[in-house]
Amino acid sequence: MLTILFDGIAYGMLLFVLACGLSVTLGLMNFVNLAHGAFAMAGGYATALLMNRAGLPFLLTLPFAFGLPALAGLVLERILYRPLYGRPHLDQVLFSIGLVFMAVSGTDWALGSGQQFIRLPAWLQGRAEVLGVPVGLYRSFIIVVCGVLVVALQLVLSRTRFGSRLRASVDDPRVARGLGIDVGRIFALTFAVGSGLAGLGGALGAEILGLDPTFPLKIMIYVLIVVTVGGTSSIAGPFLAALLLGVADVAGKYYVPSLGAFVIYAVMIAILVLRPQGLFARAR
Amino acid sequence: MDRRLVLAAALGLAAAAALPARAQEVAKIGLILPMTGPFASTGKQIEAAVKLFQARNGDTAGGRKVQVILKDDGGTADVTKRLAQELIVNDKVVAIAGFGLTPLALAAAPLATQAKVPAIVMAAATSTVTEASPFVVRTSFTLAQVTVPMAEWAARDGIRKVVTLVSDYGPGIDAEKAFTEVFTKAGGTVENLRVPLRNPDFSPFLQRAADAKPDAVFVFTPSGVGAQFMKQFVERGLDKGGIRLISTGDVVDDDILNDMGDAALGVVSTHHYSAAHDSAENKAFVEAFRKAAGFRPNFMAVGGWDGMQALYAGLDATKGQGGQALVDAIKGTTWTSPRGLLTIDGATRDVVQSVYVRKVERKDGELWNVEFGSSPAVKDPVKAAKAP
Repeated sequence: MLTILFDGIAYGMLLFVLACGLSVTLGLMNFVNLAHGAFAMAGGYATALLMNRAGLPFLLTLPFAFGLPALAGLVLERILYRPLYGRPHLDQVLFSIGLVFMAVSGTDWALGSGQQFIRLPAWLQGRAEVLGVPVGLYRSFIIVVCGVLVVALQLVLSRTRFGSRLRASVDDPRVARGLGIDVGRIFALTFAVGSGLAGLGGALGAEILGLDPTFPLKIMIYVLIVVTVGGTSSIAGPFLAALLLGVADVAGKYYVPSLGAFVIYAVMIAILVLRPQGLFARAR
Repeated sequence: MDRRLVLAAALGLAAAAALPARAQEVAKIGLILPMTGPFASTGKQIEAAVKLFQARNGDTAGGRKVQVILKDDGGTADVTKRLAQELIVNDKVVAIAGFGLTPLALAAAPLATQAKVPAIVMAAATSTVTEASPFVVRTSFTLAQVTVPMAEWAARDGIRKVVTLVSDYGPGIDAEKAFTEVFTKAGGTVENLRVPLRNPDFSPFLQRAADAKPDAVFVFTPSGVGAQFMKQFVERGLDKGGIRLISTGDVVDDDILNDMGDAALGVVSTHHYSAAHDSAENKAFVEAFRKAAGFRPNFMAVGGWDGMQALYAGLDATKGQGGQALVDAIKGTTWTSPRGLLTIDGATRDVVQSVYVRKVERKDGELWNVEFGSSPAVKDPVKAAKAP
């Protein structure tokens, strides 16, 4: 029972790291970026390739898994995404889904269609007993890393100058610009960080979710569910939504395996019927 | 007037002379494989095996030059169907071959029936495939065929309680049914779990399997996913809890076995082919294959190799004729393949072969499925049960 809860939380944490970048671009910048999963895949491949070809240890690859997609995000934001900010949502959806397909075929062509494998260091394999509950070491590691990230993100958004500028730019870009805030630069940075977080999520998730060129399509639905259910106005919303969905998914598959795959959708529908604007969003 | 007559007669003679000559020129074989997309490894294995076969056995059979036309269907059934049609109508192939997955083979089967063109199935493993058309011949395996020996072995080896864990689609359900039926008949108990095909995380299913405290977990998944499953099996400590992992050979696919790492060690599986099969034919095959393709052949490669073997044998017997004659000629043929003795069943056009019990071991720094037992001449049990 507690093991199920633990697995669910670890899975939820992973979903959150994958999804929080999207909740930022979608909620704060009002841009529908379905290609978010492609950045996650980039992070996963960065880790897998650096480990398998360059022989770097797992932990050392994680900064690259964050940095490379962030850099890619920064460049793409500048040359591809920016012209689309003012366009209708349908254009953004079509554009970004196109990017996903390009990323999928591009990866397939360059690196093959097979699964990429990551060999974890020995100290992250196996499991340990904590208070009588057997827990997986790697899953504990995910929980710790993601927990730290959540706290850090929340602090940055609510306590720092950058955070308040970002919130100001989102609330009313025109006034923010009038006050001398460089809205474009703030959005670019936010986009890059969001992409980087997705990359980190991809790297951490490769071991649990598997990693192949169709990764962006595989996780897209889960990520979108998290963002929809969580609402897009804060970090806390998607975070709690991710935890809830993670636990519901794992518990559903454990207790009713025959219906397991549908539990997550049932939870989503129930929540959206009760709170169409998401769990924690202010009513508009 | 006279001149015209002479000219017409000359033309007619020339045409009559040219006709048989043209027929003897080339026998084209349309090879339809997923060369891109998630099942590209199947396509690459089979393509390499077909090339190797022609390199080693020459490119003439039954007095005709055999030309293989490779088409990529990307693993999508409607594309397979379109390509099969193009190959039959435009290229006038004597046979179509390949078919990486069951739905792809089923999509092409009606065309084979209509055009009376033999379809050699080199991969797809659901039992019903050969019933889809009287022109389908299979040289791979059926899932039930390799699962039944697993259930028999498990019952003999003192395993009493098994949790089956299969991917929820055609072949997975075939495997689940075959295993459960044979194993319960032998006095064991079975609990069935089905995992969605697009499943991101195995942990809840594994936890449930662990809590049931079985002697063994029997698993079937498509090959890439199997590696992920195996890692989580070890991570969850099921192996240390005394639960054994048994499976069909797809899970410990030779193509990716080495990437799985030590998690795979000791897994017992049953299959019709292992690259470690101990025979002179296989040693030569594996060595030549690795030299030519740069990777280890798996069961898909051997399916492609034997598909070509069947076609060459058939073309030799019919002197290069296609159609019904070619299917009839292939029926009942027997030959020694890298996997061992192989027969195409005269009644069902399906493959009859030995199924081996293997265990993953480390040898010379690489992981191999080392065979330690076998059931000779296994027929597809699903069709055998239907036969009067």
